Amino acid sequence: MASTKMKIKKSKGGGYEVMVLAKHPMETGLRKDKKTGEKVPAHFIQTMEFALNGETVAQANLGAGVSKNPLIGISIPSAKSGDTVTVSWVDNKGESDSAEKAVK
Amino acid sequence: MKRRIFLKGSLAAGTLAVAAGAGLLTPTRVLASTWPKAAFESKTEADALNAFFGTSEVEQGDQVSIKAPLQAENGAVVPIKVMTSLEGVEAIAIITIKNPSPYTTSLQVAGAGGLYSTRIKMGQTSPVNCYVKAGGKLYLASQEIKVTVGGCGG
Repeated sequence: MASTKMKIKKSKGGGYEVMVLAKHPMETGLRKDKKTGEKVPAHFIQTMEFALNGETVAQANLGAGVSKNPLIGISIPSAKSGDTVTVSWVDNKGESDSAEKAVK
Repeated sequence: MKRRIFLKGSLAAGTLAVAAGAGLLTPTRVLASTWPKAAFESKTEADALNAFFGTSEVEQGDQVSIKAPLQAENGAVVPIKVMTSLEGVEAIAIITIKNPSPYTTSLQVAGAGGLYSTRIKMGQTSPVNCYVKAGGKLYLASQEIKVTVGGCGG
């Protein structure tokens, strides 16, 4: 499922910035479906884990207050060319996805 | 030990008993942390700060900076970037004061740098308070963002 994309950009002071775009509705549970009039149930990413060469370096905690299709950015000062960055997320329904990219 | 504590969903090092009682130290993989439910469900900033950081006491200073628009074109997608050059960053949290649930999102840091960027929903014009916990202390930068069309999907 290619619903999670990652971009790795070299930072000015060394290290790298990692941007992740995850395709996800991030429903608050308050919005009404225009056709049925029913409230669309809450459905949002809860945790997003970032790892460098298999070791977790950060975890983002998201809620329904984060915009649809979350665009999340962190920095990894210790990352260097040849390293691998992995991101994996889980939502409140237990659905998940992940992406992996090499640092150039 | 401290790393293990804050990676288990609570940054209140030294309050193990309270944390365990509140279900914050549930057995998880060491490198995975539980979603901070109490913080996300808090209705006030103070409650959210205490739930997530274990404190709401803030240091004076300008060690934290925010890059965000003064006016949001679209309240459903407001870009926020929090940066700090502080050493020993443990966590970053974004609190949207006037949102129904002020605690919007956070980043727990265990090797990454002092940067967190995201896009948030804002229901109305509100101060956005960005907190950074580093070296055991809490720092803050705040910016008011004007919203003409709210983005909570109502």
